[in-house]
Amino acid sequence: MLLSRKFVSDYIDLDDNLSITDIAEAMTGVGNEYDSAQPLINCTKLVTGEVLECVDHPDSDHLHCCKVNVGKEVLDIVCGAPNVRKGLKVIVALDGAKLPGGEIKKGMIRGQESNGMLCSIAELGLDNKFLKPEDKEGIHELPQDTEVGIDAIKALGYDDEVIDFELTSNRGDLLSVLGMAYELGAIYDKKVKDIDLKYSSNNDDINKQFTVDVKTDDCSLFLAKKAINVTIKESPDFIKERLIASGIRPINNVVDISNYVMLETGQPLHYYDADRLGDTLIVRNANDNETLTTLDGQERVLSTEDIVISDKDKSVGLAGVMGGLSTEVEEDTKNIIIESAIFDSIKIRKTSKKILRSEASNRFEKGLDPKRTYMAIERSCALLEKYADATIVGGMVEYNHSDVEDANIDITIDKIKSVLGIDIDKKEVISIFERLGFTVTDNKESLNVIVPSRRRDIKIQEDLIEEVGRIYGMDKIEGKSPVLDVIQGSYDKTRRAIKHKLADMGLNETMSYTLIPNSEVHKFTKDEFIDVTLNDPMSEDRNTLRYSLLYSLNEIYKYNKARNNPNISIFELAKGFFKDENGEYKEELKLAVLMSGEYALDIHREQVDFYHIKGVMEELLYFLGYDGRYSLLINDYIPSELHPGVSAAINVNGTNVGIIGKLHPNISKDNVYVMEINLTKLLAIRTGSMKYKELSKFPGIYKDVAFIVDNKVTSKEVEQVIKKAGGKLLTNIQIFDLYPNVEEGKKSMAYKLYFQDATRTLEDEEVMQVFNNIIKEVESKLSAKVRSN
Amino acid sequence: MKEKVETILTELKKDIESVKTPQDIVDIKAKYIGKSGLITDLMKNMKYYSPEERKEIGQIVNVAKTEANEIITNKEEEINTAILNEKLNKEAIDITLPSKKIKRGSLHPMTRITEEFEDLFVSMGYTVFEGPELESDENCFQKLNLPKGHPARDAQDTFYLKDEVENYLLRSQTSTAQVRAMEANVDKGPIRIVCPGKVYRRDEDATHSHQFMQIEGLVIDKNISMADLKGTLEIMMKKVLGEKTQVRFRPSYFPFTEPSVEVDVTCFKCGGKGCALCKQTGWIEVLGAGMVHPNVLTMSGYDPKVYQGFAFGTGLDRMAMFKYNIPDIRTIYGNDIRFIEQFDRKDDE
Repeated sequence: MLLSRKFVSDYIDLDDNLSITDIAEAMTGVGNEYDSAQPLINCTKLVTGEVLECVDHPDSDHLHCCKVNVGKEVLDIVCGAPNVRKGLKVIVALDGAKLPGGEIKKGMIRGQESNGMLCSIAELGLDNKFLKPEDKEGIHELPQDTEVGIDAIKALGYDDEVIDFELTSNRGDLLSVLGMAYELGAIYDKKVKDIDLKYSSNNDDINKQFTVDVKTDDCSLFLAKKAINVTIKESPDFIKERLIASGIRPINNVVDISNYVMLETGQPLHYYDADRLGDTLIVRNANDNETLTTLDGQERVLSTEDIVISDKDKSVGLAGVMGGLSTEVEEDTKNIIIESAIFDSIKIRKTSKKILRSEASNRFEKGLDPKRTYMAIERSCALLEKYADATIVGGMVEYNHSDVEDANIDITIDKIKSVLGIDIDKKEVISIFERLGFTVTDNKESLNVIVPSRRRDIKIQEDLIEEVGRIYGMDKIEGKSPVLDVIQGSYDKTRRAIKHKLADMGLNETMSYTLIPNSEVHKFTKDEFIDVTLNDPMSEDRNTLRYSLLYSLNEIYKYNKARNNPNISIFELAKGFFKDENGEYKEELKLAVLMSGEYALDIHREQVDFYHIKGVMEELLYFLGYDGRYSLLINDYIPSELHPGVSAAINVNGTNVGIIGKLHPNISKDNVYVMEINLTKLLAIRTGSMKYKELSKFPGIYKDVAFIVDNKVTSKEVEQVIKKAGGKLLTNIQIFDLYPNVEEGKKSMAYKLYFQDATRTLEDEEVMQVFNNIIKEVESKLSAKVRSN
Repeated sequence: MKEKVETILTELKKDIESVKTPQDIVDIKAKYIGKSGLITDLMKNMKYYSPEERKEIGQIVNVAKTEANEIITNKEEEINTAILNEKLNKEAIDITLPSKKIKRGSLHPMTRITEEFEDLFVSMGYTVFEGPELESDENCFQKLNLPKGHPARDAQDTFYLKDEVENYLLRSQTSTAQVRAMEANVDKGPIRIVCPGKVYRRDEDATHSHQFMQIEGLVIDKNISMADLKGTLEIMMKKVLGEKTQVRFRPSYFPFTEPSVEVDVTCFKCGGKGCALCKQTGWIEVLGAGMVHPNVLTMSGYDPKVYQGFAFGTGLDRMAMFKYNIPDIRTIYGNDIRFIEQFDRKDDE
């Protein structure tokens, strides 16, 4: 919302000493932020002048040498404009003048002295949409009665200042100069001046010539009046200047008046050419696929969600958004029907979102005050009579189903104090309400406050408390420590511990996007689920909520590898999303790890292999209390994106909670190892607890043995046989050497076995007995033989 | 006898000069103080002396033996030290060679900033409460006093799910966790929570990412005021941005709080003097806050006549960007390992 200082000054006296920035900052202090606050024309040293002489430049086919009277002196100025001539009143930029295009300096132009510049309107930096062709093609020609040597910006009427406000969506009332005046009045404790609504009517009654039929609940108020015999011409300067400062292009007096009144009151108006309209207006919802050609010449296809204004046969306007082409006010329009109405704000919002956001729709969307609807149509008549020579037909067509009234709220000072946490007395509260233009009655125990309907944002006590806070100064509230019961705070320690554990193991945490391409969502998993996609994605690359995190981690790997960083050990904890068979949306916490390249660094560098990532997995599962409760299984849970020979399902207590393995060569040509654990599933499984075990006071005995077994025998198989044969005395098994291919198709596996009893010292003999039994069992069960060096 | 002793000791002092090895020590011990060493031998013919003489001789010999022992022991220590030093010298390594290290891990800056906020609030008795990222329109908007068609919904261009427009969405604000927390509290008693988490909006540029993180705070009790809110935010902003940080309230509008404020902090870069970061204002807008709207309390089963409370919400990404001086939010989610690896130390206190 652009606020012109001149415009608002029509309704409130602002101290001349206040700079435009002062005013903008004061408004920010009560909650109305601004983008910029500056003069409408950002130029210096512009004066009015008169061209006394104008001759052709001796060395140029288009330049002229002029003598220009600027009041105090007569300057030689070279000018290239085609329309420069003797006797013209002009805008002169003096030596040192700052214009948007740069600074003006005196100098020589092709050998002729030039001590300034004669300016066009375009050169003053006015927005292009306000420029007529002549404003760009030549220098500006001021009226002949312009005084010479005065401030040219003032002479143009552009001596205005503008604040560009960024308003909050609840303050629709501030989309009007009057609303702004009330707000400034509350800040500076000034009264808002009355708006001139006086005009005379003829003896006819519009209701005898014209009817309005409202056929929808989406219109709560509809007023119509008629103005006849209008003269379409250029608007008076003050209207044009205020429109330009407010960002609206002047067109002709009639159109300009409708915009001017909208800016003043916040109530959008629509004018119809009465002679092209007929004698009836119908307000109704559009039919599906109904078409309407709007003012801009475009054919719009409508639906029942849209509100239209129509005559007996067809729609003539899209309510609240844009008028129709067929009844547009044109140069030859004589008689007009004025519409001032309130349409459903949500419907207007939907339609305007679909079709066009306009100054009008923006105001309808925020909700309007019915009092202003009446005020606007009267104001419009007053201005049309005065500036378009209109005769106003008596009477008004009136449909009023509005339930908007002044708010009536009781409030206590204690409540205000308890919410704001400030000490404020009744007198000050009453003064604040009165400055805001509210009516206050002091009922001793409480205050009764009547809030005019222009402030539709105020409905309840808390809204009034905010008003007190705003005007009192929210920032004057002093911070204090809340007095609260002492209670224990808490957070998800497990999740944090997992992250820290993984970082401690040398992994780097990543954070990637939840949204991935739909083509990837079913990869890296064998789970069956319904994927969750977006209605209106920003791109096809981000149209689906991920289920597995591994797609993202592999993308991160590829991104970094392409930048010559192939050594990647990363993890991420994030949600995976799906829809279950009952149609319910679910999200589960997942942990994904990806490792590739070097893990140990410098001259000790070591390439990541399966056993590194398996180590990470085991460390984590151990840390979380799942020691002895998990196993790696080769089953159909392993997704096809993993190498079939270098992968496994992670199974805890019989539940597949994750996968681990090398990426399939079809997915990555590099040695990339990944793991993903469904933490929601895992953490639901019971864990062992960490408890102190009595230390054995009795020494144990170590025995080493190496077996030669078939290459196909797994370490786990050997361990299981040893463990079973070892019985209670065998307390630890550790593989410490592995030689592949010691013989054709056979490998050697060396184990260190530890025997101990918590209650006594073991005899060598009994240990040998167990040890021999272990050897016998491994040899017979796994066709192994003991390796004798 | 005295002369004899003197002679032997003089000889020892001469001999000891040539002692070089542990074996020399063994030899010299044997020669002087061993079982049949020169000094020991002096005691051998004692039976021929009177008891008085024996006593005198005994004393002289003992003194001599002590002295001899000391001379030899000193030498022995000297030799042992030299041997050890030589051994240590030989064992010297090139300490400038690289260490044996595994990769250095790191926690993502967003994790770090989240933990910083969590720790602060947990220390003040808050519970970290997290709701789902995939939310219903009802929880994310309607129960926060944003009915369908509300103009403030525009500010949050929302990712609705397919076939679920105005029904299910990726949450656009962590404020939705307020609703979850209030509904989960069956006693409808006091609440003190913070809710950090991911949120999603249709927006993408240097300062906006379609996915980002917020933290929401909510305190509901019987005597909670805007002053309590300001005091709490002062503690929070000082902790995150430094002790000198000041907090400023500006009135604003959010549908779920009334009154509402936007909160500025003094620019931590220029200290409030004005710089490019704060656009010469000395202040930076960091969060939105206010007193929980009575409609929001009522919709989640709280009686606004009994309870009132404050809520605040801020973007964690911006906090991380401030704290670690990260200029572009896209860096945070870019996952360039050269970026991620930088967050590998403890934070400054």
